[in-house]
Amino acid sequence: MKLVMAIIKPFKLDEVRQALTELGLQGMTVTEVKGYGRQKGHTEIYRGAEYAVNFLPKIKIEVVVPAKMVDKAVDAIVAAAKTGQIGDGKIFVVPVEQTVRIRTGETNESAL
Amino acid sequence: MTTLAKYLFGVVAALVLLALYHIDPALAQDAPEALAEVAEETAKLDTGDTAWMLTSTAIVLMMTIPGLALFYGGLVRKKNILTLVMQCFTITCLITIVWLFAGYSLAFTDGGGLNAYVGGLSKAFLSGVGKDTLSGTIPESVFFTFQLTFAIITPALIVGAFADRMKFSALVVFMVLWSLVVYSPITHWVWGGGFLADAGVLDFAGGTVVHINAGVAGLVCAIFLGKRFGYGTENMAPYNLVYSVIGASLLWVGWFGFNAGSAVAANESAGMAMAVTQVATAAAALGWMFMEWIVHKKPSVLGIISGAVAGLVAITPASGFVDPMGALWIGIAAGVICYFVSTTVKKAIGYDDSLDVFGIHGVGGIVGALLTGVFAVEAIGGTPGLLEGNPGQVLTQLWGIVATVVWAGLATFVILIITNIIIGVRVSQAVEVEGLDINLHGEVVQ
Repeated sequence: MKLVMAIIKPFKLDEVRQALTELGLQGMTVTEVKGYGRQKGHTEIYRGAEYAVNFLPKIKIEVVVPAKMVDKAVDAIVAAAKTGQIGDGKIFVVPVEQTVRIRTGETNESAL
Repeated sequence: MTTLAKYLFGVVAALVLLALYHIDPALAQDAPEALAEVAEETAKLDTGDTAWMLTSTAIVLMMTIPGLALFYGGLVRKKNILTLVMQCFTITCLITIVWLFAGYSLAFTDGGGLNAYVGGLSKAFLSGVGKDTLSGTIPESVFFTFQLTFAIITPALIVGAFADRMKFSALVVFMVLWSLVVYSPITHWVWGGGFLADAGVLDFAGGTVVHINAGVAGLVCAIFLGKRFGYGTENMAPYNLVYSVIGASLLWVGWFGFNAGSAVAANESAGMAMAVTQVATAAAALGWMFMEWIVHKKPSVLGIISGAVAGLVAITPASGFVDPMGALWIGIAAGVICYFVSTTVKKAIGYDDSLDVFGIHGVGGIVGALLTGVFAVEAIGGTPGLLEGNPGQVLTQLWGIVATVVWAGLATFVILIITNIIIGVRVSQAVEVEGLDINLHGEVVQ
């Protein structure tokens, strides 16, 4: 099992959710986050007062998938979240040791 | 389709005939009666004037709550929005009582030997003002309430200058004193028969009385209280500009009551005041927006609404004296000059007028008061301006500005010193950093 963690542009969330659902993945966790990468924030100006906004709003998606599904899931996210503009985000894949479904006690892939 | 058209035509024709039938005899009867009335007696209640003044009073109150409260509330950080709204609401209630007790009388009655500077106390507690007492062609009760709404918005404008850092208790004391010592006397100077009225200063709806007055008081407050903690280094971006847009729009609508209502009649002067108000506001909003577009490369929401308010301010003294083309130039000048002062000049001098009370109301008021002397049209307000060969009017206007700036500046400073000795004007740094809402009012916006 792998944890696929994707940081994407907020307005791309629906497209990414749809793409992952089409792969047959059930469920994901979404968090509103702030951060910066190469995009480096932006500047806001109010009546001449400039404020550098270093942390931009992003969406973090976390979804745990069976190892054989990882490439498909990553490809689906890339395809759905890509605009070609700076600030599209990143995807991290991390190994997962164990999964438990709390309601039934099922473990690992059958718990996904 | 044709059946519907025929049906509609029939209904409209019937309505027109009905209207003609009712209006015609009425017109025939009214005309001679009206003439006779003028000949008999001048002071008689006019229902049209009264209806318009009742309406104006209500919409000028709307300018402060919720108009100004939302305009200012949206511009501060989230941790202080309730404080701003609370201040506007409290001032509305507080000044109502002050105005009843003494404020109205000090502004609008004869002051005897001191009449050039301040009114008397003959109408304190509105004594002697009954149901039938008239002020011109409207009940004095309506005039009292109409003027009250001006007395409310003027101190409420000041709160933008010391936003994010004034104690609530200090605000209560300051505003009561300021209304009695600064607002009522200056109102008396201009509208109550004082020395500026005698000098021939033109101020139709409060360029000096309301805006220069509040703007200068705001500047003094901003300098006296000092800069906000973190000014220039921390992000002080507005919490919600949509609130500010709603507020500015309510101000704009209410301003028709402010300017056209200042004719104190439902007449041709009120009509022209309404038209020039609209023109100047639009011109100033565009002026500020284009300046921003050129300088900062982006036309902003805050820019266009700030320009609109600057235009409303600048046309206020001029609204009964200029024509629509004069209003256009006054608007453009106000938009561009107020933009320049609120951004570049403020930064260069380094004072922290949080919401640009001086940059917009003070400067807009001065621009408007001076240009009233330039663009005044004799056929509209009875006084010619510079362009009609009366350069002296500009100097008269300047005298009105100087007198207001000096008194508003000095008296505000003294009141601040007194308030500071009694209770202290500024909150502690801990309160300021955490937010005034939670610390002063025990509430927060989530």
